[in-house]
Formats: sequence, structure tokens, C-alpha cells
Amino acid sequence: MPTTGNPVLNLSVFAVFVLITLYIVYRASSRNVTASDYYAAGSSFTGAQNGVALSGDFLSAASFLGISGGIAAHGYDGFLYSVGWVVAWLVGLLLIAEGLRNTGRFTVGDVLAFRMKQRPVRAAAANATLVISFFYMIAQMAGAGGLIALLLNVSSKWGQALLIAVVGMVMVLYVLVGGMKGTTWVQIIKAVLLLLCVTLMSIFLLGKFGFSLSEIMQTATENNKLGEAVLDPGAKYGFSAMSKLDFVSLALSLVLGIASLPHVLMRFYTVPNASEARRSVVWATWTMVIFYLCTLVIGFGAMALVGTDTITAAPGGENSAAPLLAFRIGGEVLLGVVSAVAFATILAVVAGLTLAASASFAHDVYANVIKRGNAEPRREIRVARLTAVVVGILSIIGGIAANGQNVAFLVSLALALAASANLSTILYTIFWRRFNTTGTLWSIYGGLGSCLVLIIFSPVMSGAKTSIFPDVDFAWFPLGNPGLVSIPFSFLCGFLATIFSKPEPEMAELAAEMEVRAISGIGAKA
Amino acid sequence: MTKAMWSPGETQHEHRESRGFASFDDPEALSYVDSNGKPNFALIQQTDEFRALRRRLTAFVFPMTVLFLASYLTFVLLSAYAKDVVSIKVIGVINLGILLGLGQFVTSILITLGYARYAKRRLDPQRKLLAEKTGVEE
Repeated sequence: MPTTGNPVLNLSVFAVFVLITLYIVYRASSRNVTASDYYAAGSSFTGAQNGVALSGDFLSAASFLGISGGIAAHGYDGFLYSVGWVVAWLVGLLLIAEGLRNTGRFTVGDVLAFRMKQRPVRAAAANATLVISFFYMIAQMAGAGGLIALLLNVSSKWGQALLIAVVGMVMVLYVLVGGMKGTTWVQIIKAVLLLLCVTLMSIFLLGKFGFSLSEIMQTATENNKLGEAVLDPGAKYGFSAMSKLDFVSLALSLVLGIASLPHVLMRFYTVPNASEARRSVVWATWTMVIFYLCTLVIGFGAMALVGTDTITAAPGGENSAAPLLAFRIGGEVLLGVVSAVAFATILAVVAGLTLAASASFAHDVYANVIKRGNAEPRREIRVARLTAVVVGILSIIGGIAANGQNVAFLVSLALALAASANLSTILYTIFWRRFNTTGTLWSIYGGLGSCLVLIIFSPVMSGAKTSIFPDVDFAWFPLGNPGLVSIPFSFLCGFLATIFSKPEPEMAELAAEMEVRAISGIGAKA
Repeated sequence: MTKAMWSPGETQHEHRESRGFASFDDPEALSYVDSNGKPNFALIQQTDEFRALRRRLTAFVFPMTVLFLASYLTFVLLSAYAKDVVSIKVIGVINLGILLGLGQFVTSILITLGYARYAKRRLDPQRKLLAEKTGVEE
């Protein structure tokens, strides 16, 4: 069964993509010298460009291959998962984007420490960023392993490990050569290619079925052993009380976590001002809506034309739905294109993550915690570049170790962590005058800590057949996703710690500055 | 833009009196900006223009957040706990759940466009007014 097409073709399309983007990155960033250039692309992107790049950050391998595959395998439940990815942008648009742009320069730590005691808050913000980025990165790298198995027909663990290492090295190269500007361009190019790809495939599919979604879904049910029941909820998330609650928890983490991810927040600094930041979210929302409408068509299209059984039996499992469909309707060439785009997706997303993690370490930890705000900019960038290399190496090792783990689950944990540590703290610091340093530290560490503890004692770590450690059982928390508990908990921690600690009158002036800047944008360029 | 970031911690600006150093600007604007061009944010925070801006922003943003979260959670909870309702077929085999999900896409776009329009008509002009009154550029 020709499930993988032609590996040589796949690889060469991919190599061409890497060469072209590397050239563009190199050209775009010949003057990549200042901290602002490296971290925030000199704030020189337009809202539209950044909006496409923002959506690019989300059109990761997990969402393109994972969600179209989820729909192809589980019908309604796969679609259910995709809705949160669109709605989540409203959190970014209404509550976060403009205030963040107006009060920070390079990292989340800039905003959280604005009117608080610098060192402890920056250290906390950096800890959160590094933990979140690490989880998200491992997910992407593990996804790369699975994808490689499918597309290049490399099935030995060593071969996959080698390819994960190559992916990691190319990504570090992007970050070192291009900084934020280069990474953003890679993201834009990839997002446009991916959107074109899914739109054309969807139009073709719709045309094939007389432009009737119902017709596609009807045919799809005939190729799934659940029959019409696959169009109803329950195929994936089940019917037990706990599995339902677990799904609600996942949905909450999804909608609140996406706009709290450090590498997404950092994107808002690449535009010159708040109104461009707003415009970029509007663009991102449109592209996401189009993209997820297309995945709906592609997912059911794959179920109809390829069949769920063939998909789940293919190397790569569910994730192979989109590539298999591409092969079915466009042969080796289309499969080569889809594969290359999927690879590019992983590269670009991981490069963005590396940048966020290295910026957080260099800017928050090195420059502000260790050097107490007196770091020489050139040295700070050198530290950032060095960190990028270290992060790259760690993610290669982590990716090889996690190869074969469930990618979607790792992503959902990263989202729960982001929502727990960042969202409450950002909202409080922008909108609540009384909020203070103690409250900030409690809401960051309370959210991050509770989330990590609940993950460790959840069925995903131990006690079930699908756990990471299936042979031992120390699980007492019943949900796979901790968001339902840890997100409200971090809000509560921040609130209680603030009202039970002293206000900080010495910070009043900075608090006034922060509020005025966040809301009006006045003085934001100072 | 080669200047390193001035972190808020190191800008513990000595309290500067802004009045009385009038030199070239009109006195009205001077009260909001000191002689070094540093805006007096505490004073700006007290202006009616700023309060109105803050009110207008929160009056839109918070209710909308409650609205879209409620609508999203309703969809999620219906899908989890009211299987029979979302399984009702509406158009061909397309059921109510799929339509409600697509409805989330539509409301997301509507709220996004609504906010962009509200910001353009009600927030940005107010920001401009505030900038003019205080003499502080964005």
C-alpha cells in the first residue's frame, strides 16, 4: 500500500523550502544587531504580516495533522477540539494584545515586572516561560518524529532520532541567523503555503461532492465503523462522567491557554503599536477561521475517500489523514507538497519557541536578575544566542526521548500551564490597581505549581495502560488535563495573596504609568 | 533603536515638579509633562478623558469576554452532557452540534469585527483627545 509516496520527492521539496527560507532569513536580517532587532524584529512588521505570522504559530503540526486527523478518526469530537483554537483569539484580542504591546518590550516578564519588584517577578516569569515552552517544544519535536516516520518512511528509532536532530539544528540556525525577523518571515511564508494548500484541497473536495458538506459527511459515515454515530459526540472523549469532565477541562485550557503562550505573547512586540497589534489579531482570527473550516472539510474528506481504518492503520496513525488524502487526490506531487509544508510548520513553530525561551532567559534572568538591569545589550544578545543553542540541544534530546508519545496530550498540558501561570497574572496586572508583588508571585507559582503537581498525580503519568509509567500507580487526581482546577486556583492565589499582603505605595507612580500606558498607549514609545 | 530597554525598575524617576519651568510650550500642556519630557502619569490617570477611556474600554471588553466564554462553554457542555440535543439532524446529516460549532466561528468573527469597529470609533478618538489634552505623544 503506497502510504508514504516517494520519500526522495518529499525530502527534496522540503530541502528546497529550507534553502529558500534560509536565504530569505539571511537577507532579511543582515542588520540584525540590536536587542530590539533580535527579540522583536525592531517592531517593524505590519499588523497584517504579524497576523499571518501569529496564525502561523498556531498552524502547528499538532493542529494541521492532529486536528484533520482527529476529525477523520473521531468525527464530531475532532471538530469539537478545533473550535477552541478559534474562540481563544478573542481572549488575546479583547484582554491582552494592546495592553501587552503598550507596556512591554521583549518578554512577558517586562509586563509582569513593570510595577513590581524586578528580580523575584522576572525570575518567576522566566521560570513559567521556560517550563511552558519546554512542554510545547517537546510536543512539537515528538510530532516531528512521527511525521518523519510517515513521510520519509524511516521506521528505525535511530533514523528518526537522527532526523529529529537535523530538524533541531536547522531550527537553531533560523534563530541564530534570523532572530525574530527571520523567524517571523519563515512563519509568514509557511502560513501562506499552508493556507493555500488546505484551501485548494477543500475546494477540490467540495467540488467533488457537489459543494455539499452534508454529502461529504454522508459518504464519510459509510467509511467509518461507527457509521452515523461518528457525527455525534462521544467517539473520542467517551461517555463516563470523568471523561466528560476531562473534556470540559481540556476545552477550558484550550480557550484560555492559547493567548497565554509565551511565544505568542512575544509576537505582539513585533508590531510598532497597539492598533497594529489589534489589527494582527483580527487577521489571525480570519485566517484561523478559514483554516479550521478547511480542516473540517479535509477531515471528513479523508474519512470519506481514504477511510478511517486505513488512516489509523497507516504509520503515524491519525496524523496521517491529511497526507494520505493528499496522496489520494493529488498523487505523489501533492503529497510531497503537503509533507514539505508540514515539516516547515514544525520548523517554524519550534524556531518561535526557541526564540521565546532564549529571550526570556537572556532578558529576564541574565540582564535583569543577574546583572540587575545593567547588562550590556551586546552581551545580552550573545547570551540569548547561546541560550538558543542550549534550548535547541535540550529540545532535540527531549524530542528523541518523547518520540512516540501522544502529541495532542503534551500540547494540552502546555496550554493548561500557560493559562494557569500567565493569564491570571497578566489580567490582574493590567486591570487591577491593588495587585502587588506578593500577588504576582503567588499567581504565577500557584498556577504553575498546582498545574505541575496535578499532572504528576494524574492518570497520564501513572496508573493506566496509556500512562507514561504504566506499571506504577501513584495517581489520585482523576483528570488528564488539570486546567479546570489549576486555572481558577491561580486566580484565587493571586487574589488572596494580594489582599492579605501590604499594598506597595512606593510603586504607585509605576502603577499609574502602567495603567495609563496599557489603556491609552500614551508614553508607550518613550 | 539601539537604545537598550530601560527597565521600569531603574526608572525610579526622582519626583519632578513640572510646574514653574515653563519655557517654550503652552502652560496647559506643561502640567502633564516635566521639563525632561517625561509624562506625569499619575496626573494623566486623574483626567476625565482618561477615566472615560478606561470606562469605555472595560464596558466593552468585560461583558464581551463573559459573553463569548459563556457561549463557548455552553457549546462544550452541550456536547458533553446533552448528546441527544446536539445530535439532532438539521441539514442532511449535519447536526445541531456541528452548526453550533460553526456558530462559534461566526460569533468569533462578529465580536472581532465589532471590537475593531468599536475601538476605531469610540476608543481611538478618545485616546487622541487625551493625547491632545496632555501633550503626550503615543
